[in-house]
Amino acid sequence: MTEEGSRLEVLVIDDETQIRRLLRVTLESAGYRVREADAGLPGLAEVTFRRPAAVILDLGLPDISGCDVLKRLREWSQVPVLVLSVLGQDDQKIGALDAGADDYLTKPFSGGELLARLRVMLRRGQPSDDLKVIRFGEVEVDLVRRVVTRGGQDVKLTAKEYALLRLLAVNAGKVIVHRQILRELWGPNAEEQTQYLRVYIGRLRQKLEENPNNPRHLRTESGIGYRLVVE
Amino acid sequence: MCPGVGKTYAMLGAAQQELADKVDIVVGVVETHRRVETEALLKGLPVIQRKVIEYKGIQLTEMDLEAILARKPKVVLVDELAHTNAPGSRHPKRYQDVIELLDAGIDVLTTLNVQHIESRADAVRQITGAPVNETVPDSILELADEIELVDLTPEALLERLRQGKVYLGDRAAAAAENFFKDTHITALRELALRFTAERMDKRLREMRASGGKTVWRSGERLLVGVGPSPSSTQLVRWTKRMAAAQGAAWIAVNVESARNLAPEARRRLDQNLSLARELGAEVVVTHDESAADALLRVALQNKATQIVVGRSRNPRWLDIIRGGSLLDRLLRMREPIDIYVVPPERLDKGPWIDWSSRSPSPQREYGAAMGVIAAVTAVGWFLAPHTAYMSVGLLYLMAVIGLSLKVGRWPVLLAGVVSAVAWDFLFIPPLFTFTITRMEDRIMFCMYFVVALVTGQLTARVRAQERHERLREERATALFHLTRALSAAKTLDDGVFAALRQADELFSAQTALLLSDEEGLGLAPHFAGSFAIDEKETGVADWVWHNRKKAGRFTDTLPSSKGFYAPLVREDKGLGVLVVKVAPDATLTLAQRDLIEGFAAQIALLVEREFLRAAGEREKLLVESERLHRTLLDGVSHELKTPLAVLESVGENIAEADPSLRANLVGEMRTATRRLTRLVNNLLDQTRLESGALRPKLDWCDTQDLLNAAIAGVEDSLAGHPFEVVVPPDMPLFRADSALMEQVIANLLLNAARHTPAGTPIFLAAGIDGARKRVFFTVADRGPGFPMEMRERLFQKFQRGDAARAGGLGLGLSIIRGFVAAQGGDVMVGENPGGGSVFTVYLPYEPHGEVPSE
Repeated sequence: MTEEGSRLEVLVIDDETQIRRLLRVTLESAGYRVREADAGLPGLAEVTFRRPAAVILDLGLPDISGCDVLKRLREWSQVPVLVLSVLGQDDQKIGALDAGADDYLTKPFSGGELLARLRVMLRRGQPSDDLKVIRFGEVEVDLVRRVVTRGGQDVKLTAKEYALLRLLAVNAGKVIVHRQILRELWGPNAEEQTQYLRVYIGRLRQKLEENPNNPRHLRTESGIGYRLVVE
Repeated sequence: MCPGVGKTYAMLGAAQQELADKVDIVVGVVETHRRVETEALLKGLPVIQRKVIEYKGIQLTEMDLEAILARKPKVVLVDELAHTNAPGSRHPKRYQDVIELLDAGIDVLTTLNVQHIESRADAVRQITGAPVNETVPDSILELADEIELVDLTPEALLERLRQGKVYLGDRAAAAAENFFKDTHITALRELALRFTAERMDKRLREMRASGGKTVWRSGERLLVGVGPSPSSTQLVRWTKRMAAAQGAAWIAVNVESARNLAPEARRRLDQNLSLARELGAEVVVTHDESAADALLRVALQNKATQIVVGRSRNPRWLDIIRGGSLLDRLLRMREPIDIYVVPPERLDKGPWIDWSSRSPSPQREYGAAMGVIAAVTAVGWFLAPHTAYMSVGLLYLMAVIGLSLKVGRWPVLLAGVVSAVAWDFLFIPPLFTFTITRMEDRIMFCMYFVVALVTGQLTARVRAQERHERLREERATALFHLTRALSAAKTLDDGVFAALRQADELFSAQTALLLSDEEGLGLAPHFAGSFAIDEKETGVADWVWHNRKKAGRFTDTLPSSKGFYAPLVREDKGLGVLVVKVAPDATLTLAQRDLIEGFAAQIALLVEREFLRAAGEREKLLVESERLHRTLLDGVSHELKTPLAVLESVGENIAEADPSLRANLVGEMRTATRRLTRLVNNLLDQTRLESGALRPKLDWCDTQDLLNAAIAGVEDSLAGHPFEVVVPPDMPLFRADSALMEQVIANLLLNAARHTPAGTPIFLAAGIDGARKRVFFTVADRGPGFPMEMRERLFQKFQRGDAARAGGLGLGLSIIRGFVAAQGGDVMVGENPGGGSVFTVYLPYEPHGEVPSE
């Protein structure tokens, strides 16, 4: 376990002492070093001074909102950020993802889930040559040659389908909110036209998923967006 | 007794004594007339500053009634009871201020000269020859606990006057000339002494007769006829004196006839009647063409023992024609009633019958009458050579009777006279003279004259009575319509609206209604009013509401206001105020005002009914909410405590537990936390639903995605049930709030899993109905199902199926219904053919816009 985190430093910004303590136990047992901040502004200072490998950010903070922390952070740092929220904060969740958060978790969550998400985030954060080809299940997406194969067979995708798959693939593991996808594929005027997405995701699933009715890779995050799960 | 005897001085003396006894006493108003001795007595008494009132550029000071009411002393000094307040004050008269003070529980010390007592005003005028303008009704003296006579011999008074102790400056001489004559003062003194003695006597007799209670000692009952004439005022006062002396009750009767009264007379009549009311009479208004009949009828109905009438001012012949004067006819009756005849003090000036408006269009009627007579004359002229002149007479008679059916009594009278003259002149020989030679012609002429006049008058009277009947019926109908409208009204607003519109029409007025809130804290105008009350008028309404007495125009309180204000009273509780505003030149008759008060009474009933209903409703709600509260408390505490207890015991045991047991304990802990999470989520959802904070975010949903997410959330609960999902391949996208729908489906599945025996299957299906108007989701099970009568109740909160296992708050289905309804859908429960129940959720469907092809 100790080697997993390889002594990477994770900053936890949350005003609840108990949550911080719990996260510290979970993270330290997984081999991470943990720094804590109990509000947004001290949290931002910590990021500046310590340059942590990842940030776990609660959305409800006493001084400035989690979203504001994220916006200020993203002005100069690309550190991976995992957002914690409670039920019913969908709008804030979407706002945080749109503002540059890498993933989110809804309280209450399990420690295992947290570590898994953190792992994916950190991996994506590392520069890697693998980005040219992304594999999930039987599917291979060659981003250089713009070719998609499933079990060795070429899969024919339309331009938009490919663009959608590519967007999810380069951000593999990360939730991409509806608005972002629509903006990038159909332009800013189409930000509300979620039916486009449903239709195109449906087509991609039909072409790429083993069981399109119960997709393993092209996952829906209800009310928020989509995520490509590669492992 | 009279000015200058030292009333104020005596009052202040009494006040000083009270002050020495440490009684909370203040000076409301005292006129010292700058007499030094009087002013000296003011020392030490707290004075309430007088209020300044601007009237036509002059600054007048008046007693500050509001300030005294606010200060609420034990005793207040109010000098000069008969004083008339400056225009714009709350009451026109100071004695009315005093009544209000007494009503507020404040004792009042006041002063009064004998000539200002209403029932003595005539006597004083006769003695001194000076008119008395400021009077107070005798009834206010009946409110007095104690009357102290301030007496001074005429000589002493005149001496004081000479010394300048009464009025200062050059006014003294002028006053002495006019009023302070030796003889006058003696007479006034006698009046004052007699008044006090009478009162003492009456008190004593009352106390002896009733042991404190006021009952009419003698069983005597006086009745007085009141008309619009000034002499009626005198009659009223006279009767009051008589009644007071005998300790008898008295009734003032006004007999309305077909005659229209001039506005001036109408005003005077109202004044006379309200005077009678003020002096303690019961006022009865009745309709009849014959005053004597009406008086007799009312007298018998009310068991009057004495009738007071004025002496007739009509010429003797007119009385005889009319079947005797009122007095004659009263005297002829056989009832054992005493009759008093009071002579008129002086001749009334001016007519009180409105000659100009006696009939709708008198000129035209006279014209018509003359025209008909002329026509009959012409016809008679041509017939005369062929027939006897008697038949012409019959023709005339027919015309007169015919006319009496169409026109008023005066045109008929004229037609009778003119036709008689014309007949005599043109037809009865000798022709073209007014002389009649033959005896039989004379008799015939006389008979013609009498018959024409009598029939004409009789018919006219019948018609007048008919009109009165109609008026009376209109009033009764108005009240009937109102009652019917009010009882038909489903809500208070409906009723008020109907009532106000009827009043608008009936009185050709604008009406408004102010209703008190149920706690009686304030008045608020009702929206159905046809005009808005301004701030000053709101003050009037407030007064009416607090005092539960009518006020405003046509009354004695705040008569300068624009509207007539009638209180809505039920059992001594002011429920509101009805305001009727007529045009400035129009008036409301006494009967109309009575009708308005009738309206107010009816509306008050309605308002009370509404208040009672609301109170009942609140009571019911309270009981219901208490039940919910208890259920919630019981349920929540049970539901929260069970998993908490599990967590606590796991926490205690896990450290020492055997490693093999540890896994079990952790499993228990997980179950407990999941249960807690679900409970908290349910409570939060219910709260969101009830607070109205739930705003569904409708978005395009993919059925498969939705069901997958919902199933994922309850997968472990479904374990142990065979589970099948059916979604048609062509299921379209639909608009819904995906988060809410996920929860709806998850809750339905959870319910099915929890309330059906392990091993029984659960089905989940989605689809779109034939008309492609709705999408539906069904969750079916093979459990025990629900009895028919439970099905509707199921969706209410804190309701649980009878067969439900312990646990759960009964919130699940209520949340489902709330969430579905928020998205414009519906949820139902039915029977699964072959056993079990089916829950179906419907959502509206419309196809999505086109997706652009590439």
